[in-house]
Amino acid sequence: MNTTENNIISDTSDWSSELIQRYDAEISRIAADYGLDTYPNQIEIINSEQMMDAYSSVGMPLGYHHWSFGKQFLETEQRYRRGQMGLAYEIVINSNPCISYLMEENSMPMQALVIAHACYGHNSFFKNNYLFQTWTNADAIIDYLLFAKKYVSDCERQHGIEEVEAVLDSCHALMNYGVDRYKHPPGLSALEESGRQKEREEYLQTQVNHLWSTIPVKENADDTPEETRFPTEPEENLLYFIEKNAPLMESWKRELVRIVRKVAQYFYPQRQTQVMNEGWATFWHYTILNTLYDEGFVTDGFMMEFLQSHTNVIAQPAFDSPYYSGINPYTLGFNMFKDLRRICENPTDEDKEWFPDIAGSDWRKTLDFAMRNFKDESFIRQFLSPQLIRDLRLFSVLDDDEQDELEISAIHDEHGYRHIRAALARQYDLSMREPNIQIYNVDLRGDRSLTLRHILQARRPLNKDTNEVIRHLSRLWGFPVHIQTINEDGTENITDSI
Amino acid sequence: MTQIIDRRINGKHKSAVNRQRFLRRFRQQIKKAVSDAIDSRSITEVDHGEKINIPSKDTHEPVFGHGPGGRRDAVHPGNKEFVSGDRVARPPNSGGGGGSEASDQGEGEDEFAFQLSREEFLEFFFEDLELPDLVKTQLTKVTSFKSVRAGYSTTGVPSNIDIVRSLTGALARRIALRAPYSVELKEAQTALTALLSTPQNEGEHTTRIQELEEEIRRLEDKIATIPFVDTFDLRYRNRIQKPTPSTQAVMFCLMDVSGSMDEIRKEMAKRFFILLYLFLTKTYENIQVVFIRHHTTAKEVNEEDFFYSRETGGTVVSSALELMLKIIKERFPSDDWNIYAAQASDGDNWDGDSPNCRTLLNDNIMPLLQYFAYIEIMPHNHQSLWRHYEGVKVQNRNFDMQSIDSANEIYPVFRQLFARKPA
Repeated sequence: MNTTENNIISDTSDWSSELIQRYDAEISRIAADYGLDTYPNQIEIINSEQMMDAYSSVGMPLGYHHWSFGKQFLETEQRYRRGQMGLAYEIVINSNPCISYLMEENSMPMQALVIAHACYGHNSFFKNNYLFQTWTNADAIIDYLLFAKKYVSDCERQHGIEEVEAVLDSCHALMNYGVDRYKHPPGLSALEESGRQKEREEYLQTQVNHLWSTIPVKENADDTPEETRFPTEPEENLLYFIEKNAPLMESWKRELVRIVRKVAQYFYPQRQTQVMNEGWATFWHYTILNTLYDEGFVTDGFMMEFLQSHTNVIAQPAFDSPYYSGINPYTLGFNMFKDLRRICENPTDEDKEWFPDIAGSDWRKTLDFAMRNFKDESFIRQFLSPQLIRDLRLFSVLDDDEQDELEISAIHDEHGYRHIRAALARQYDLSMREPNIQIYNVDLRGDRSLTLRHILQARRPLNKDTNEVIRHLSRLWGFPVHIQTINEDGTENITDSI
Repeated sequence: MTQIIDRRINGKHKSAVNRQRFLRRFRQQIKKAVSDAIDSRSITEVDHGEKINIPSKDTHEPVFGHGPGGRRDAVHPGNKEFVSGDRVARPPNSGGGGGSEASDQGEGEDEFAFQLSREEFLEFFFEDLELPDLVKTQLTKVTSFKSVRAGYSTTGVPSNIDIVRSLTGALARRIALRAPYSVELKEAQTALTALLSTPQNEGEHTTRIQELEEEIRRLEDKIATIPFVDTFDLRYRNRIQKPTPSTQAVMFCLMDVSGSMDEIRKEMAKRFFILLYLFLTKTYENIQVVFIRHHTTAKEVNEEDFFYSRETGGTVVSSALELMLKIIKERFPSDDWNIYAAQASDGDNWDGDSPNCRTLLNDNIMPLLQYFAYIEIMPHNHQSLWRHYEGVKVQNRNFDMQSIDSANEIYPVFRQLFARKPA
């Protein structure tokens, strides 16, 4: 291109609003050429303190007040000041318009990287991945958070900070158990929903009251069926159960439980798509900025700075390095998408054997399909290739507490690929990562105690926090809570109670 | 369409509320940490912010999770020499060797560390001492600044434009920019006059005149387009923040280090000295602290020795007073210095010495001092020193004394100081 010289957008590391706009325009054009479908973007420029704020409110642009966010802020601030960590380059909110934060301290190449990564990478993932489409509502989240913040502070004014804090503490302890994992029958339209909001509140209260009605019911002597349980099916969404059934809970507390539950549900997809989401965004900032370079919009110096940060982001220390802290989701995700593109563009015989459907296909379509229809677990199970297992030299270690030693169960060889792929996929399966705990029964006629069942997986016991969490649950429920551990063969194991 | 919003100007300290919530919740732990910190830091550094450690088990937020044990198959990167079927010893401390579980609460540190600001730190410090709120705010107040004129700058807000300066600059610039054209103009005009005065009327002659007239018009236009005032000329009055002028003070800390002053008494004394120091920092920019310890003889020492070294022996209080007087005369002329003294003791004194102290104070020392505060810490019973000091108190309004048994009784000693000189 003979006009290369004139294309260059900027050649210093200083940024300005105008420059950001011009970079964004080019990046947007390239992203559209590659077929990325995104929400409109809203880029917000903030300073490092605001970034720490955003950090500590776990990525909610407006959070209700709680000491745990203050704790997180202090922690981040302390580590940042000591220089133990840089701040993340970006935080991006799954909302419509999609809000991304740029830090003022960053240089222009970094800002461009973040724009490509967050505003086009994450953004398109939020908009199109099936989990986000199913579980989150990008149009409504900001309004909901605003409502939640106001509601919580109203409660604090009415009932005192301590009361509210206690409820929120308990809810936070159970937050991961406040999500629906399966879609319930389609909801009502928004209009009907709002029409029924009041009705629901009243109805729920009567339901609860009915459940606990102390007026004696005429008992049919012959009608003594085997004891029925309540709930009739075990309930895995503990907070939902509390919200709907806790006998003595005041309605403002129910609403608080609901708020925490909603926030948990909003983050539920993110917890299941970390590798994919980061991998997708990293893949696209890499691809887009390289295209920007090929078209002559950026200088060599720009690329050097960009590549250095990119390399840092996807660095993966080996298992025996002192810096090792598990598999870096950026590395794994980026490499998988890059590898997927390679399989499409330059398939080897091995790829053709392993991925007959996608070897040699149009890479954009294949990547788009993968991004839309998978979560970490299924994505790895489907697309982790032998080539990548070799590149990362993955191996799996079997740790069985009945054995004295660890066993290397598979390495990157012909026999090991499938095993490693399955083991790694399981590692990202939320239902394997978190203990399986469900509400099993309520002693309706007796002391109203609640029984939880923990179904053992691979004999892995619960952690030290368990009793404390049970105490929180019991505080919400208002009556004793028991927990039973059930072995994999169905036999009952131990019962703890609080 | 992308929207770019600059949020830097607003929304600072968004987390301030959450931070307050945190401090509130861990009040007890933080108070303990603050009080430990006060014991270990020097008086003049007491009002800096402080790194606080509290046990992280208190701040831990519990969640359900897997504990160590059971059977797990974890994938790791970077295999070097393993082949499948290898058996390796279980590494110490990591139950599963799995990355996903371990790193939740940081690196297994059992302390949660964070920084308190100066204000927050002092607030915790004051809590014990039961200071009135007004006093607290006065003490935590930072130096006030006054904005003063400091020359001119090229940037600023329109209301600060200095018109005379700006126009002087503009004039100079106009003259400078006009100079080359003025010279040419003068030449052209001379040439024209010369031509007009020669009586030739050929065609060439007329065109030459026209050319010159054209040239003159061009130059006049050039000169006319030089702006009268350019942004480049603007000068703004510059202001800088200067701390308000304040005077200097010296604070004498006198302490009995005879055997009967044990650790607890010394710690209480330290708080007393800290408080006086803080009171003084409020009023004075520059404060020097002199430590004098005494048993039978007095000695000027550094802070370390003052609080931490022990000596035994009898007690002669007047030795310290004499030394103080000597130091004042040598180094702190009372015209230039505001002199404060604080004495802590358990009340023991050699009986024959107490009248000396009284005379010394009444006749020589008190006239030089702004204030003298004496505390007797957990005395067994008041002895002659107390009685003689009571005599001093009657004669001097700037003398105050108090017998204290616990930290919250320290403050009333200062009440008088405040009543006399409201800040």
